[in-house]
Amino acid sequence: MMYQYILDLLPYKSSFRFVDEISYLDKDRVVGHYTLKEDAFFYEDHFPGNPVTPGAILTEIMAQIGLVVLGIYLVVGPEDAARPEAGDNPAFPLFTSVEVSFDQMVLPGQKITVISQKEYFRFGKLKCRVEMQDAAGNRIAKGVFSGIIKTISK
Amino acid sequence: MDRRTILEELKKVLYPYTENKELLQHITDDTNLVKDLKINSANLVDIIIDAEAKYNIEIDFDSAEKIITVGNCIDAIAEKIK
Repeated sequence: MMYQYILDLLPYKSSFRFVDEISYLDKDRVVGHYTLKEDAFFYEDHFPGNPVTPGAILTEIMAQIGLVVLGIYLVVGPEDAARPEAGDNPAFPLFTSVEVSFDQMVLPGQKITVISQKEYFRFGKLKCRVEMQDAAGNRIAKGVFSGIIKTISK
Repeated sequence: MDRRTILEELKKVLYPYTENKELLQHITDDTNLVKDLKINSANLVDIIIDAEAKYNIEIDFDSAEKIITVGNCIDAIAEKIK
Protein backbone atom coordinates (compact mmCIF):
# COMPACT_ATOMS: atom_id res chain seq x y z
CA MET A 1 0.00 0.00 0.00
CA MET A 2 1.16 3.52 -0.74
CA TYR A 3 2.55 5.46 2.16
CA GLN A 4 2.25 2.42 4.46
CA TYR A 5 5.33 3.65 6.35
CA ILE A 6 3.40 6.81 7.35
CA LEU A 7 0.32 4.79 8.41
CA ASP A 8 2.65 2.65 10.55
CA LEU A 9 3.85 5.76 12.37
CA LEU A 10 0.36 6.93 13.38
CA PRO A 11 0.17 6.78 17.18
CA TYR A 12 -3.49 5.71 17.39
CA LYS A 13 -4.89 2.25 18.08
CA SER A 14 -7.97 0.40 16.81
CA SER A 15 -11.08 2.28 17.94
CA PHE A 16 -9.49 5.71 17.69
CA ARG A 17 -7.56 5.33 14.45
CA PHE A 18 -9.43 7.11 11.68
CA VAL A 19 -7.19 6.70 8.64
CA ASP A 20 -7.56 3.71 6.28
CA GLU A 21 -5.67 4.88 3.25
CA ILE A 22 -3.58 7.73 1.89
CA SER A 23 -4.02 8.30 -1.85
CA TYR A 24 -1.92 11.46 -2.24
CA LEU A 25 0.81 12.99 -0.13
CA ASP A 26 3.43 15.66 -0.68
CA LYS A 27 4.87 18.43 1.49
CA ASP A 28 1.90 20.73 0.84
CA ARG A 29 -1.09 18.43 0.48
CA VAL A 30 -2.62 15.16 1.63
CA VAL A 31 -5.66 13.18 0.50
CA GLY A 32 -6.79 10.37 2.79
CA HIS A 33 -9.79 8.09 3.23
CA TYR A 34 -11.73 6.46 6.03
CA THR A 35 -14.82 4.26 6.20
CA LEU A 36 -16.87 4.65 9.38
CA LYS A 37 -17.23 1.28 11.09
CA GLU A 38 -20.84 0.22 11.61
CA ASP A 39 -19.96 -1.03 15.10
CA ALA A 40 -17.93 2.02 16.19
CA PHE A 41 -18.20 2.62 19.96
CA PHE A 42 -19.94 6.02 19.66
CA TYR A 43 -22.97 4.92 17.61
CA GLU A 44 -24.65 3.04 20.43
CA ASP A 45 -25.15 6.23 22.45
CA HIS A 46 -25.02 8.93 19.75
CA PHE A 47 -27.91 8.61 19.39
CA PRO A 48 -29.81 5.59 20.80
CA GLY A 49 -31.68 4.03 17.87
CA ASN A 50 -30.46 6.78 15.54
CA PRO A 51 -26.72 6.40 14.95
CA VAL A 52 -25.06 9.57 13.58
CA THR A 53 -21.31 10.25 13.57
CA PRO A 54 -20.52 12.88 16.23
CA GLY A 55 -19.12 16.17 14.94
CA ALA A 56 -16.25 15.69 17.39
CA ILE A 57 -15.34 12.42 15.61
CA LEU A 58 -15.58 14.07 12.16
CA THR A 59 -13.24 16.76 13.48
CA GLU A 60 -10.87 14.06 14.76
CA ILE A 61 -10.89 12.29 11.37
CA MET A 62 -10.04 15.59 9.65
CA ALA A 63 -7.27 16.24 12.16
CA GLN A 64 -5.74 12.74 11.88
CA ILE A 65 -5.59 12.83 8.07
CA GLY A 66 -5.19 16.56 7.54
CA LEU A 67 -2.71 17.37 10.30
CA VAL A 68 -1.17 14.22 11.74
CA VAL A 69 -0.49 12.30 8.50
CA LEU A 70 0.92 15.43 6.84
CA GLY A 71 2.78 16.46 9.99
CA ILE A 72 4.50 13.09 10.34
CA TYR A 73 5.44 13.21 6.65
CA LEU A 74 6.93 16.69 7.10
CA VAL A 75 8.98 15.43 10.06
CA VAL A 76 10.21 12.09 8.66
CA GLY A 77 10.30 12.89 4.93
CA PRO A 78 9.63 10.74 1.84
CA GLU A 79 10.02 6.97 2.19
CA ASP A 80 13.30 6.63 0.29
CA ALA A 81 14.83 9.40 2.40
CA ALA A 82 13.00 8.70 5.66
CA ARG A 83 15.19 8.79 8.69
CA PRO A 84 15.76 5.17 9.70
CA GLU A 85 15.29 5.98 13.37
CA ALA A 86 11.86 7.53 12.69
CA GLY A 87 10.06 4.31 13.59
CA ASP A 88 11.72 4.32 17.02
CA ASN A 89 10.34 7.74 17.92
CA PRO A 90 6.56 7.70 18.00
CA ALA A 91 4.85 10.90 16.95
CA PHE A 92 2.99 12.72 19.70
CA PRO A 93 0.55 15.12 18.06
CA LEU A 94 -0.97 18.03 19.95
CA PHE A 95 -4.12 19.59 18.57
CA THR A 96 -3.90 23.35 19.15
CA SER A 97 -6.89 24.92 17.40
CA VAL A 98 -9.76 24.30 15.01
CA GLU A 99 -12.55 26.19 13.34
CA VAL A 100 -14.86 23.87 11.45
CA SER A 101 -18.32 23.93 9.87
CA PHE A 102 -20.50 20.96 8.89
CA ASP A 103 -22.76 20.70 5.85
CA GLN A 104 -23.97 17.11 6.07
CA MET A 105 -24.38 14.18 8.47
CA VAL A 106 -22.17 11.09 8.21
CA LEU A 107 -23.82 7.73 8.84
CA PRO A 108 -22.38 4.34 9.89
CA GLY A 109 -20.57 2.58 7.02
CA GLN A 110 -20.07 5.74 4.99
CA LYS A 111 -16.73 6.27 3.23
CA ILE A 112 -15.29 9.76 3.42
CA THR A 113 -12.34 11.55 1.85
CA VAL A 114 -10.29 14.25 3.57
CA ILE A 115 -8.24 16.75 1.57
CA SER A 116 -5.82 19.00 3.41
CA GLN A 117 -3.83 21.92 2.03
CA LYS A 118 -0.93 23.26 4.07
CA GLU A 119 -0.94 26.96 4.96
CA TYR A 120 2.34 26.80 6.79
CA PHE A 121 4.63 24.52 8.78
CA ARG A 122 6.92 26.59 10.96
CA PHE A 123 8.59 26.17 14.33
CA GLY A 124 6.86 22.79 14.61
CA LYS A 125 3.35 24.13 14.08
CA LEU A 126 1.31 22.94 11.12
CA LYS A 127 -1.73 24.91 9.95
CA CYS A 128 -3.96 23.56 7.16
CA ARG A 129 -7.22 24.17 5.35
CA VAL A 130 -9.06 20.86 5.52
CA GLU A 131 -12.16 19.64 3.69
CA MET A 132 -14.14 16.41 4.13
CA GLN A 133 -16.12 15.02 1.18
CA ASP A 134 -18.53 12.14 0.66
CA ALA A 135 -18.05 9.43 -2.02
CA ALA A 136 -19.71 11.68 -4.64
CA GLY A 137 -17.33 14.57 -3.87
CA ASN A 138 -19.90 16.67 -2.03
CA ARG A 139 -18.59 18.67 0.90
CA ILE A 140 -19.37 17.31 4.35
CA ALA A 141 -17.25 19.72 6.38
CA LYS A 142 -14.48 22.26 6.06
CA GLY A 143 -12.24 24.04 8.47
CA VAL A 144 -8.91 25.45 9.52
CA PHE A 145 -6.84 23.11 11.66
CA SER A 146 -3.61 23.66 13.60
CA GLY A 147 -1.41 21.38 15.64
CA ILE A 148 2.07 20.66 16.85
CA ILE A 149 3.91 17.40 16.21
CA LYS A 150 6.42 16.29 18.78
CA THR A 151 8.45 13.12 18.65
CA ILE A 152 9.22 11.22 21.81
CA SER A 153 12.65 9.64 22.08
CA LYS A 154 12.46 6.18 23.57
CA MET B 1 12.92 52.61 14.07
CA ASP B 2 13.10 52.97 17.84
CA ARG B 3 11.76 50.46 20.34
CA ARG B 4 8.84 52.67 21.26
CA THR B 5 7.64 52.74 17.66
CA ILE B 6 8.04 48.98 17.36
CA LEU B 7 6.10 48.53 20.61
CA GLU B 8 3.16 50.54 19.25
CA GLU B 9 3.19 48.51 16.03
CA LEU B 10 3.51 45.27 17.98
CA LYS B 11 0.30 46.02 19.86
CA LYS B 12 -1.54 45.82 16.53
CA VAL B 13 0.09 42.46 15.77
CA LEU B 14 -0.83 41.09 19.22
CA TYR B 15 -4.38 42.45 19.14
CA PRO B 16 -6.18 39.55 17.39
CA TYR B 17 -4.45 37.01 19.65
CA THR B 18 -5.15 38.77 22.95
CA GLU B 19 -8.50 38.06 24.53
CA ASN B 20 -8.50 40.96 26.97
CA LYS B 21 -7.61 43.87 24.65
CA GLU B 22 -7.29 46.33 27.54
CA LEU B 23 -4.15 44.57 28.74
CA LEU B 24 -2.41 45.76 25.56
CA GLN B 25 -2.59 49.40 26.75
CA HIS B 26 -0.16 48.71 29.57
CA ILE B 27 2.36 46.29 28.09
CA THR B 28 6.07 46.79 28.75
CA ASP B 29 9.26 44.93 27.83
CA ASP B 30 8.65 42.58 30.75
CA THR B 31 5.11 41.57 29.80
CA ASN B 32 5.01 37.79 29.32
CA LEU B 33 3.02 36.92 26.19
CA VAL B 34 1.62 33.64 27.52
CA LYS B 35 1.39 34.27 31.26
CA ASP B 36 0.36 37.94 31.30
CA LEU B 37 -1.53 38.35 28.02
CA LYS B 38 -2.90 34.78 28.13
CA ILE B 39 -1.96 34.19 24.51
CA ASN B 40 -2.24 30.55 23.40
CA SER B 41 1.38 29.40 23.13
CA ALA B 42 0.77 27.84 19.70
CA ASN B 43 -0.33 31.28 18.49
CA LEU B 44 3.17 32.66 19.12
CA VAL B 45 4.01 31.10 15.74
CA ASP B 46 1.20 33.12 14.10
CA ILE B 47 2.40 36.28 15.84
CA ILE B 48 5.91 35.72 14.45
CA ILE B 49 4.51 35.10 10.95
CA ASP B 50 2.36 38.27 11.16
CA ALA B 51 5.33 40.32 12.39
CA GLU B 52 7.46 38.95 9.55
CA ALA B 53 4.87 40.01 7.00
CA LYS B 54 4.48 43.44 8.58
CA TYR B 55 8.21 44.23 8.60
CA ASN B 56 9.20 42.11 5.60
CA ILE B 57 11.76 40.22 7.69
CA GLU B 58 12.45 36.57 8.48
CA ILE B 59 12.80 35.42 12.05
CA ASP B 60 14.83 32.23 12.42
CA PHE B 61 14.31 29.34 14.80
CA ASP B 62 16.90 30.55 17.33
CA SER B 63 15.36 34.03 17.61
CA ALA B 64 11.86 32.56 17.74
CA GLU B 65 12.77 30.27 20.61
CA LYS B 66 13.79 33.28 22.72
CA ILE B 67 10.46 35.06 22.31
CA ILE B 68 8.79 34.89 25.72
CA THR B 69 8.19 38.55 26.59
CA VAL B 70 7.19 41.66 24.66
CA GLY B 71 10.81 42.82 25.04
CA ASN B 72 12.11 39.62 23.38
CA CYS B 73 9.68 40.23 20.55
CA ILE B 74 10.91 43.80 20.02
CA ASP B 75 14.53 42.56 20.16
CA ALA B 76 13.86 39.95 17.45
CA ILE B 77 12.23 42.56 15.20
CA ALA B 78 14.77 45.35 15.91
CA GLU B 79 17.67 43.01 15.14
CA LYS B 80 16.28 42.26 11.68
CA ILE B 81 15.26 45.77 10.60
CA LYS B 82 18.34 47.67 11.77
